[in-house]
Amino acid sequence: MTNPVLSVRNLNIDYIGAETDFHAVKNVSFDIAPGELFGLAGRSGCGKSTIAFAVSRLHRPPALIRKGSQILVDGRDVLTLDDAELRKFRWREVAMVFQSAMNSLNPVLTIEDQFHDVLRTHTGMSRAAARERAAELLKLVDISPDRLSAYPHQCSGGMRQRIVIAICLALNPKLLIMDEPTTALDVVVQREILQRIDVLRRQLGFSVLFITHDLSLMVQVSDRIGIMLEGELVEVNDSRTIYRAPQHAYTRKLWASMPRLHGVQITGEVAP
Amino acid sequence: MTKAAPILALDKVSKIFGRADNPLYAARDVSFALHPGRTLAMVGESGSGKTTAARLIMREYTPDAGQLLFRGAPLGKADSKALKAYRSSVQMVFQDPFSSLNPAHTIHYHLDRPLRLHQRKLSHAQRHAAVEELLTRVKLDPAQLMGKFPHELSGGQRQRISIARALAVNPQVIVADEPTSMLDVSVRLGILNLLNDMKRQLGLALLYITHDIATARYVAEDIMVMYAGQIVEWGDMEAVLGDPQHPYTRLLLSAVPDPDRRFSEAGEELNQIETIRRQSALPQPEIRQIAENHFIRPMP
Repeated sequence: MTNPVLSVRNLNIDYIGAETDFHAVKNVSFDIAPGELFGLAGRSGCGKSTIAFAVSRLHRPPALIRKGSQILVDGRDVLTLDDAELRKFRWREVAMVFQSAMNSLNPVLTIEDQFHDVLRTHTGMSRAAARERAAELLKLVDISPDRLSAYPHQCSGGMRQRIVIAICLALNPKLLIMDEPTTALDVVVQREILQRIDVLRRQLGFSVLFITHDLSLMVQVSDRIGIMLEGELVEVNDSRTIYRAPQHAYTRKLWASMPRLHGVQITGEVAP
Repeated sequence: MTKAAPILALDKVSKIFGRADNPLYAARDVSFALHPGRTLAMVGESGSGKTTAARLIMREYTPDAGQLLFRGAPLGKADSKALKAYRSSVQMVFQDPFSSLNPAHTIHYHLDRPLRLHQRKLSHAQRHAAVEELLTRVKLDPAQLMGKFPHELSGGQRQRISIARALAVNPQVIVADEPTSMLDVSVRLGILNLLNDMKRQLGLALLYITHDIATARYVAEDIMVMYAGQIVEWGDMEAVLGDPQHPYTRLLLSAVPDPDRRFSEAGEELNQIETIRRQSALPQPEIRQIAENHFIRPMP
């Protein structure tokens, strides 16, 4: 059996408050295999983004990871890394596409400069080499290299989102975390981007942790899915089982609240 | 077919932005009708002209060609009194429940104000009773919420307030522009159920604007698909979804998240996205009937 790329063990995260703490993630454990696309679903506030931030060590106070929690990326415990190790770890091992990431590009830098920024910081690449690599990366996400001289505002939302994904892939990370990467985009653009990700992860072999509240989309794209409810991972199964034969009552409730595109319509009586 | 006469209709309405030498048709020859007790869904991607159509109905824009018909009569440069009557008959629910309520006013104020403007005969006590009734109608607790401010409410509760505010003036038509796109799945269903209840109990005519075809199927009997300012396909919901004829409708449907189809089983439309988009944007003046209540504008 191959070793998992990401292994989360007994993860507990609290948001520290003045009087009471909010237990946001409760004893969560799951693995992601090499090349696997793992989906994490649940309503807003269930703790799914908190997990994503913890995996890349981007969580900030008042979030506190409790003792006994383990996050292993390729066998190494992320929670014990010091600052220098963390700098090497981020982007090279784990890269993250944020919610509304298309607004996370620097508006006053050209696309080329933003690639150069990442490549110089992490690999000390020269401008000419960075330019060549950036052109290669843009082709991966179906963007013509002549956009390198453009500024973010000259690109559409879908294009900006693909540029962010290309920057994330710049150092061949083992794991790509995508937190609601396409919620702000149209269905057709969303489909184009996710289909590209699906092809790329097969081609390049990286794993994906995909977070969304759109269960239908998640079933289409993921290999396995974890369902979260109030900080707990209540069901983990392959996506076909999550759809065809959900085991947990909450998963069934989620499906019962999603209007169907074909066939028998939901009754609308169940409110999770 | 025994359909009641439409309350509101658009007749070959066009709206053009930009300069004369490079016109952008946000609406091109748009015609549709809203009937009491029925919901019409308008679907399309952003920039397809959905919100322009809503603004034409709300009279934020005046048509550059064509006309609006209200109860069969053209609505031209109406005088202020007729306009006020129109405004109390046609109400809108907006997409963003976080910015469509005034943060400095209580829920009571939000619901009391339309009553004061449009039903001047009501006494203070009558208005208070009416506000209570409105909140009960949208399934909120009047005693608990009336004195609260918008920031104290959840997104779903706020959207219910927006619906109550629209209902305050006894409208006949409600235009709901993406009313659930900013809400969580679990909350979304409650709002959709509420829209369905309003339609059945009050006999409202609803225009439901969305890019989410699955929710459109849940609330609407009829659908129209819009692209580049044109309605490219329209008719009975099941007829259109079951047998989509226009290439753009097929593209849209093949991109909608569908748990029954894995990504590897993609339809061929997804390989021709640019071609379909380019051709669907051309003027398509011809109308072809597919079934009794199913029409398309074939691509030239």
